[in-house]
Amino acid sequence: MPAKMQLTKGNEALAMGAIAGGCDCFFGYPITPQNEVPEVLSYEMPKRGRVFVQAESEVASINMVYGAAAAGKRAMTSSSSPGVSLMMEGLSYIACAELPCLIVNVMRGGPGLGSITPSQGDYFQACKGGGHGDYHSIVLAPWNVQEMYEFPALAFELADRYRCPAMILADGVLGAMMEPAIIADNAPPPTVPEKTWATNGRNGRAHKNVVNSLVIDPYGLRDHNLKLQAKYKKMQCETRWDTRDVDDAEILVVAYGISARLALSGCKLARKEGVKAGLLRPITLYPFPTEPIAECAANKKRVLVVELSAGQMVEDVRLAINGRVPVDFYGEMGGVIPSPVEICRKIVEAAQ
Amino acid sequence: MTTAMNQQDGTNRTPDTEQLVDLKCVFERPQALSDKPFHYCPGCSHGTYHRLIAEMIDEFGLLDRTVGICPVGCAVFAYEYFEVDMIEASHGRAPAVATGVKRSLPDRFVFTYQGDGDLASIGMGEIIHAAARGERITVFFVNNGIFGMTGGQMAPTSLLGQKTTTSVDGRDPRTTGHPIKVCELLSSLEGVAYLARVPLTSPKNINTCRKYMRKAIRAQTEDVGLGLVEVLSPCPVQWGMKPGDALHYIDETVVKAFPPGEFVDKLESPIKT
Ligand SMILES: Cc1ncc(C[n+]2csc(CCOP(=O)(O)OP(=O)(O)O)c2C)c(N)n1
Ligand SMILES: [Mg+2]
Repeated sequence: MPAKMQLTKGNEALAMGAIAGGCDCFFGYPITPQNEVPEVLSYEMPKRGRVFVQAESEVASINMVYGAAAAGKRAMTSSSSPGVSLMMEGLSYIACAELPCLIVNVMRGGPGLGSITPSQGDYFQACKGGGHGDYHSIVLAPWNVQEMYEFPALAFELADRYRCPAMILADGVLGAMMEPAIIADNAPPPTVPEKTWATNGRNGRAHKNVVNSLVIDPYGLRDHNLKLQAKYKKMQCETRWDTRDVDDAEILVVAYGISARLALSGCKLARKEGVKAGLLRPITLYPFPTEPIAECAANKKRVLVVELSAGQMVEDVRLAINGRVPVDFYGEMGGVIPSPVEICRKIVEAAQ
Repeated sequence: MTTAMNQQDGTNRTPDTEQLVDLKCVFERPQALSDKPFHYCPGCSHGTYHRLIAEMIDEFGLLDRTVGICPVGCAVFAYEYFEVDMIEASHGRAPAVATGVKRSLPDRFVFTYQGDGDLASIGMGEIIHAAARGERITVFFVNNGIFGMTGGQMAPTSLLGQKTTTSVDGRDPRTTGHPIKVCELLSSLEGVAYLARVPLTSPKNINTCRKYMRKAIRAQTEDVGLGLVEVLSPCPVQWGMKPGDALHYIDETVVKAFPPGEFVDKLESPIKT
């Protein structure tokens, strides 16, 4: 069936995107605001002869993902902030054992049980490790339902390419909102690279395969870490970002995900009020568009970072700009969402 | 010894080799066991259980389609000792990892190897739910009543009065509760197909263990449900005993708290789940 434009909810688009992206196995534990993901997959996966398991906890989910990924399958889990916190030990193991997989975090307000309302408070956790040790996941930040649909395939592809976990960092708005998106009903299966390292039974293989994250010798572990670090360096070429109306702008707004949607509207309102504002939207949060931000900000009067947090990504923006241009921050927390009018006001203030 | 080079024909063939040719091999390393020397302490039975598992993999012809999951605990290096594909799980999560493997590759033989801290403490949730779901996996469970690897701390399976590095005056039920009996606990779950407990203390008991292991494997290969064999295993170093005394201690004392035997056996009448 050809791809067609459909009015789709973000979480449902993500679930269908996982199927289109060749997800073989889904393991997850219910948590708002991402429940449509497991709900849709619970019937769409078995229908296609694929695996769906409702795990007993997020700890179990991530370890099931670890097992299925080790077996060479495209495996994923989906959760929201408190559940993703529970997965951090497993994620660190996955990164160390170099297993490709997908973790989705439809962020909600924190800390603690917080709320079920949208937030971007898990940026640090997603991009700065989260679990123990020196590791990274590739982190993708969709900003509309279309990208909720497209990013699972991209995430699996990048995860396979670099043998690392990939994360989709969305939020409660993106999960719950409905908008038109092009959904391919029967997308052809993606090509998946051969996984000769997989622990899937020897089946004639001359040697056994081992999936492991234990390197007891200090020099051995140092070398493994150096290998991981070299990989993270190589990954930098996957950096993705988008810009809108930045060429003539005096104020550069940097925002990701739903904040970027709101910020773009804020920029447009600001232009009506005579302040030229443009948007840079990081699409990959790791690797982070450090250079593009530095370049884009170079000739601007000020930079404004907008997040649904107390200020997390702003630290990376400040590191990128390195004091050359003043950086302001506007954040809301707890599920409070700034309106484009409020963002416009911050832009206008910055221009004065 | 006869390792010297034969001066006449320049080969290092020894006179003894000729005579050995006709002898029948009665004991050898199973194919599924690697030639890496075990790192275990004297008197520990992790190595014995490893060997038994390898024997079973050979016997069932599973070398080519087995995926094993090792624990965090003294057996953390188990992946070095088997010649099958192996995954090192995080502490306690082996049943979840095994679920991930088995669901994605249903025709493989998937086993976990777990200690009592791994399975009955930090990983209690994972084993209960894997059992409740009737995952087609086989669990080889080593109960030595202690956290061996981390230095002899109290385990949920430590006996009342047992002295450990975190219960120096002996385990007191008022503050630390009672030993958890895994077989008894799991026996109420419908997804379990086979459950047995045996002390690894004598050749006779080792043979019984083999018998139980065959059934726990068949529980998976015949698609009946989860199979588990719990071995009561000595930890002479952390118990502060000589190896021989540790074996007697199991036969005389440990078995009173953990009675050996078969707890569930659904192999005759397979359940449909
Ligand atoms: C999350 C986590 N917590 C704690 C530990 C430390 N730790 C390693 S092994 C172990 C106990 C192992 O005991 P058991 O499972 O009985 O195995 P044994 O060493 O006795 O064979 C602990 C607590 C760990 N590695 N990971
Ligand atoms: Mg133990």
